[in-house]
Amino acid sequence: MAYSTTMRTGYQQEIHDIKNSGLFKEERFIHAPQAADIEVEYPSGSSLKKVINMCANNYLGLSSHPDVIKAAHEGLDHRGYGMSSVRFICGTQDIHRELEQKMTDFLGTEDTILFPSCMDANAGVFEAILNEQDVMISDRLVHASIIDGIRLCKAQHDTFKHSNMEHLEEKLQLHSDKRRKVIITDGVFSMDGDTAQLDEMVALAEKYDALVFVDDSHATGFIGKTGRGTHEKYNVVGKIDIITTTFGKALGGASGGCVSGRKEIVELCRQRARPYLFSNTVAPVIISGITKVLELLSKSTERRDKLEQNAAYWRTGLTDAGFILKEGDTPIVPVMLFNAKLAQDVSRDLYAEGIYAVGFFFPVVPKGQARIRTQISAGHDRHHLDKALDAFKKVGKKHNILGKTKQEMIDMYGL
Amino acid sequence: MDDMQKIILNYVKNEYLEDEDEEIDVNTPLISGGIVDSFSMVSLKRFLENKYKISIPDEKATPEAFDTVNKICTLVKDFIK
Repeated sequence: MAYSTTMRTGYQQEIHDIKNSGLFKEERFIHAPQAADIEVEYPSGSSLKKVINMCANNYLGLSSHPDVIKAAHEGLDHRGYGMSSVRFICGTQDIHRELEQKMTDFLGTEDTILFPSCMDANAGVFEAILNEQDVMISDRLVHASIIDGIRLCKAQHDTFKHSNMEHLEEKLQLHSDKRRKVIITDGVFSMDGDTAQLDEMVALAEKYDALVFVDDSHATGFIGKTGRGTHEKYNVVGKIDIITTTFGKALGGASGGCVSGRKEIVELCRQRARPYLFSNTVAPVIISGITKVLELLSKSTERRDKLEQNAAYWRTGLTDAGFILKEGDTPIVPVMLFNAKLAQDVSRDLYAEGIYAVGFFFPVVPKGQARIRTQISAGHDRHHLDKALDAFKKVGKKHNILGKTKQEMIDMYGL
Repeated sequence: MDDMQKIILNYVKNEYLEDEDEEIDVNTPLISGGIVDSFSMVSLKRFLENKYKISIPDEKATPEAFDTVNKICTLVKDFIK
């Protein structure tokens, strides 16, 4: 047997080390569809607890929307459960191509290709369109999946300081000898909730003959006046060369992702992107659900408008209560606690009060920047937010952090 | 501190530190200390090559060799010779 006692104890030690360093992740079992009100089994084996979910990516509250569920059922009935194939062999149905066209229309791009996830889209796109003669210049806070995609690509890689356009310009000058230059950023940064200055990036890209890549996973469906994404907010629709995004967050929250942008780039992904070529097609039931989501969003901006109002209400409530927030205007609202243990303690106490919000600390965020990341949804009603605000105030008071400056909190709890 | 140490330390501060109050010296671990991620080393390598008119092969530009300003100086001096 190859899995010897030495092998087993070695792995056990690694798990032990993760636990000892306070980085062990435990799943909480939700006994309900995804929604603002959920029932959670945590710790494992304990009785169910009703809590308000403040940490889902269910921005538009569509994960369990009856029309989406109905459309998914119809998709299941008419196009079956699975395709048992990758796209290019016998895994492409009419509804896959229809959804690609609908996403192209929704995002205002030239063409779209679906992937099993946005993680896969990010993993595949760079390698498909760049080689040793090129350079990728990324914001230092881009998502982990982009970093993996960059690692898989042979082009040179450099970074610029988060949202620092002067630094980006220096890098574009430094790499001016490269054949192709790609500026890489998230649209909305998932840990901080701020947005990339896409208008300035597009201007720099035009000046230095570079492409712009945006991962808009935390934006598609709700950022911008009609929810098209960060490019709409910054008035650069049609000028972003590559957009990747997910169907696993605002757009129904099931799974799947895509690359949308210049048609030649999309075509090269169809020919070369390995996660597209070598993994199964997105299941028909999911495609049908997403198509319904896009239909709902194209008809009305009611949900993204409610989300915007909810997020503003939540930010104001927390600020008035005396919490320190990361600045921004997205539904990602990080409550800064700086100390990792404090973040864990506050999260635990909030849970006891019926509020499900998770603490983030190093290595997910930089050292000394621990926080509770709250995420607002159009599925939240005012009573959810008010109850959550009351809980935050109660827990904040218990830890004596309301109205305190960053330095005062560091003096009390350390970094 | 010699000129090379000053120049490289200054570059690292400007290029990688987000917080201007953060203090580093020629022996501060840059990569193992989480100040410079291994991805961002490329701009440091290009800076050294341009500044000192040298070419550092990729296999020599390891995270270990770039871990402190002092180690970087040693590496650069090897190529200037």
